[in-house]
Amino acid sequence: MAAAAHRLGPLVLGFLYFFAIVVAMTFMVLPIVAIFVHVPPAKLLAQLSNPIVTDALIVTVKTTLVAQVAILLFGTPTAYFLATRRFPGRALAITLVELPIVLPPAVAGVGLLVAFGRLGLLGSTFDFLGINVAFNQAAVILAVALVAGPFYVRQGIASFEAVDTNLVSASRTLGAGPTRTFFRVTLPLASGGLGAGQAIALARGLGEFGATIMFAGSLQGKTQTLPLAVYYSFELVDGLNISLAISALLVLISIAILLSVKLVTAWRPTRGAVATVGRREPDVALD
Amino acid sequence: MPILHASFAVPLRTFQLEIELEVEGTVALVGPSGAGKTSVLRGVTGLVKPSAGRIALDDEVWFDSARRVFLRPDERRVGLVFQEYALFPHMTVRENVAYAGRRRVDEFLERFGISHLAHAKPTELSGGERQRVALARALARDPGVLLLDEPLSALDAHTKVAVRGELQELLREFGLPTLLVTHDYEDAASLADQVGVIVDGKLRQLASPREMVARPADGFVASFTGANLLHGTARPHGGMTAITLDSGKVIFSTDSAEGPVHVVVYPWEVLVGHAHQQDSALNVIEGEIRSLVHIGNRVRLRIGELTAEVTEASVEKLGLQLGTHAVASFKATGTRLVSSTRS
Repeated sequence: MAAAAHRLGPLVLGFLYFFAIVVAMTFMVLPIVAIFVHVPPAKLLAQLSNPIVTDALIVTVKTTLVAQVAILLFGTPTAYFLATRRFPGRALAITLVELPIVLPPAVAGVGLLVAFGRLGLLGSTFDFLGINVAFNQAAVILAVALVAGPFYVRQGIASFEAVDTNLVSASRTLGAGPTRTFFRVTLPLASGGLGAGQAIALARGLGEFGATIMFAGSLQGKTQTLPLAVYYSFELVDGLNISLAISALLVLISIAILLSVKLVTAWRPTRGAVATVGRREPDVALD
Repeated sequence: MPILHASFAVPLRTFQLEIELEVEGTVALVGPSGAGKTSVLRGVTGLVKPSAGRIALDDEVWFDSARRVFLRPDERRVGLVFQEYALFPHMTVRENVAYAGRRRVDEFLERFGISHLAHAKPTELSGGERQRVALARALARDPGVLLLDEPLSALDAHTKVAVRGELQELLREFGLPTLLVTHDYEDAASLADQVGVIVDGKLRQLASPREMVARPADGFVASFTGANLLHGTARPHGGMTAITLDSGKVIFSTDSAEGPVHVVVYPWEVLVGHAHQQDSALNVIEGEIRSLVHIGNRVRLRIGELTAEVTEASVEKLGLQLGTHAVASFKATGTRLVSSTRS
């Protein structure tokens, strides 16, 4: 009897082990599958020509492009500076840069409103210059940049830190000044990681909802991005099909981004320096 | 040949590096890891800014704290070969060599026998090939000084001897003042005209390899050159010096000294036999053979507190084995004494 119980223990444990895996996998995959099977694909495709969808697509593409370029242009020098300089308060600076990652997006939106809105900290300055940021496309761009930018900067810091300092020194002793060294050695070696960072920022920016709706509102053709349109259409009569069509589109874009990140990191195996994405070998092997 | 003058100080974590060197020909700095060897090279290249001093190649001043002169690394005519070579992994061999100077790239590839590797990436190369690329890249800059950081330590024992030979030839051919650092005295002695032993940031002795063996400045230098180091107390004795070793054994030396001393005996000056021979060797230490290590065609034996180096042939002839009794003898003239107060 005791021997049988002894053998039963591992068996139960083994069952629970696989049960947990099956539940978790199903739970995560099912909603995605549901989006595609709820409505026939032909019907989904037809919805894509709906003005709500096309307007949201145009707004999203425009704001995303500007926001991502801004993230690249402002984020890269910031990441390089934080990665290579040691100064008092550096840890605090990095924490502040990373803060929007964990901040609820709605809070980020409120923050933007009271900073750049008409009645905000810089509002009167902007007003004086004839700029009104809140509730137009500039607001969408700012919301996306604030929420997605930190993902790029954090990844950028890790990528620049991973560049072997001896290679930088070697470049200097070979007669290259700091600028040439940066563009010929540091940047190319960090580019794999920076590309991955930009992809994460892109994915996060495309899904931006909370900060955008707080700061930019949801005006069709003006500030209504794809995620906002998913929510907006849902409230319309028979709008579920439009929501599903946009959702399917966003799922496909997300898959494309994820795959491209994986391809880039696999393609540059030597100094990928990918801290947040990237494949990890399982730490423990159960058998 | 131009001369590199370097006298400068760099504060390091636990001590201050203070160095004064005139590099003409090849100078090798040897010392234990953490002695500040690499910092010397970083100071000369300008990768680190010394707190005081002066660095100049002939009358071309690179650093002068008194006159507030500090040239950046890219403004100094210096070629540095890094310990792990630091080849740019995203560039081909050709691009690596062309990085410093686009002129005469093919000539350099040819010269270093790496033309066939021109389009290979550094990760595809062997250790010896990497070193040749690193040397070609450093020299393609047309430097006035060549600096080598542990040029042989990244290589396995087998490649090392061959590469050392190649390196000797190259250094002779390019005729640049060369400063290299290594932790291996044998590498230093085989490559350099002058060897400097550096410990805790200070130069203990700078001399030719031969002189360093003949007259080591202190016990540390002696043990670093591969010598046996015994401790004892010296007193004059009939025109010679008698030393009572810590073990109680008394040996003799032709060097004069009194008081506590280090006794320096080179392994290749120790004779090994089964019984005490009637020969001119005055000093005898007996004991069991405690270790027996083959190094090429030589064998290092440990007898009592002494290490002896003999040929493989004589080990076979005498049938020397681990655990057997042996007699090690050495002449009083090969027994050098250095004061033990300095280390």
